[in-house]
Amino acid sequence: MCGIVGLHLKDPALEPRLGEFLVPMIEDLTGRGPDSAGLALYDRGVPDGSLRWSLRGPDAGCDWSALAERLGEDIGQPADVKVKADACLLTVKAPADQVRARLGEIAPQVTVVGVGESMTMYKDVGTARQVCDRYGIEQAGGYQGVGHTRMATESAVTTRHSHPFSPAPDLALVHNGSFSNHASIRRRLEDRGLVFETDNDSEVAARYIGDRLDQGDSLDDAMRMVLKEFDGFFTLLVTSRDEFAVMRDAFACKPLVVAETDAYVAVASEYHALATLPGIDGARVFEPQPEEVHSWVKT
Amino acid sequence: MTQVLNPTVAEVVLSCRELTTRQINGRLRELPEGSVVRITEARGTHNLAVGLRHRLDITIEGNAGYYTAGLSDGPDVTVEGSVGWGLAENLMRGVVRVRGNASESAAATAHGGTVIVHGDASSRAGISLKGGTLAVAGDVGHMSGFMAQAGTILVGGDAGHALGDSLYEAIIYVGGTVRSLGADSRVEDLTQADVRRVRDILDIAGRDAGFDHVDPENITRVASAKQLYNFDALKNQRY
Repeated sequence: MCGIVGLHLKDPALEPRLGEFLVPMIEDLTGRGPDSAGLALYDRGVPDGSLRWSLRGPDAGCDWSALAERLGEDIGQPADVKVKADACLLTVKAPADQVRARLGEIAPQVTVVGVGESMTMYKDVGTARQVCDRYGIEQAGGYQGVGHTRMATESAVTTRHSHPFSPAPDLALVHNGSFSNHASIRRRLEDRGLVFETDNDSEVAARYIGDRLDQGDSLDDAMRMVLKEFDGFFTLLVTSRDEFAVMRDAFACKPLVVAETDAYVAVASEYHALATLPGIDGARVFEPQPEEVHSWVKT
Repeated sequence: MTQVLNPTVAEVVLSCRELTTRQINGRLRELPEGSVVRITEARGTHNLAVGLRHRLDITIEGNAGYYTAGLSDGPDVTVEGSVGWGLAENLMRGVVRVRGNASESAAATAHGGTVIVHGDASSRAGISLKGGTLAVAGDVGHMSGFMAQAGTILVGGDAGHALGDSLYEAIIYVGGTVRSLGADSRVEDLTQADVRRVRDILDIAGRDAGFDHVDPENITRVASAKQLYNFDALKNQRY
């Protein structure tokens, strides 16, 4: 089944309350996905070309300060850490490839959940409430957020297999549904050098879109190519630093409800997850049409 | 003589904030015949007013969730907002009215009764209809009327792609345009019986249901081309 929520704030005055709005939304869809939960949050970001890494440590714990110190020495730039339970946000001004490679060498037990200038990402096995509490999501601010509750149907229940998937800095994808030809597309992408972290079908769609963006597609075009290349059922929500886009397959049998006001665009698999939002009674509520990309760009 | 059902009974109010869905449906089941009920603060709650087998007059305030008034055989249900998937699924009897929009599969497999949507209905409206009536004042989404076996669908606005795919004996009337017909469905000439049937439905729907633009004499009739299905009425088979 799986549940999807997303909130794109148009009114900057609401930004301090992003987490406060998002937590009841994702928690409401626990029934659609009790296995795992994950969120990607977008805020005004880190300054001057730094990148913020969303990392998760092993069960045995991790000495984040020592890791930051060592990484900082190795790449010649100070690294700042902010610890959140078993996860940490590490900010450093260095190219993504260099940091990723270095982290792989000095801390192979640490998982890179996501990276970006604006995006932070948290995901784990457990209910939405557990995951939100663990990482203090309710207190988080920002201009955009997405969430996913997972009911696994085709691959294992682990942190790495849970959504969102982030194929590129500041890019997040959540998926409700299943792809039937993901293995073929994965092989094709692997032949071209793309690296996958899991055997999950949704990761293939995420990396496919990331690859199209690398080749110069707009996000809308990359999503439309998913319609041409992928078989299966899907409702997708894909977010970047400045865009928030949803799309459903031709059959549109995986639900999504959109509510738009002057202050926000909100989406959820089921309407009741939107019912707690301010001004929802006056919102324009609709379902995305099959095979159409509906997108909103940050102004 | 008009029988007045228990005119002294006060309206029963059931709040979705105070009661679980199971408690609400349990209370509805225990109410005497003819009770008037208001369900408040629905906020998208699924499965409200389902499985009821006696006559009640139920109003749901706000937007309701999936399967509203499904599996019912008697009550009249009015939703003052919009509803989610599977409105009045497998309805047997009663009038179910939605003043807003309905999501996918409205009136799916309904055997009887009348389902009236003042706004739009989404995909697969009237899928596998088995004798009930579905009237949508606005538009319907793709694959509406799919494999509908018996009954009537009236669409006041436009119909999406693949209307009436694999139709059996149900008849679909469309006031606006049809984006495309599904396999084995075709447009047929309108008869006086069709005009009367549409008028009857409009009478039940009432003047405030948003069908003012529908002209029963100038409407498109869609029915099965009968190239795919295997019922044979001449052999007295029943459906």
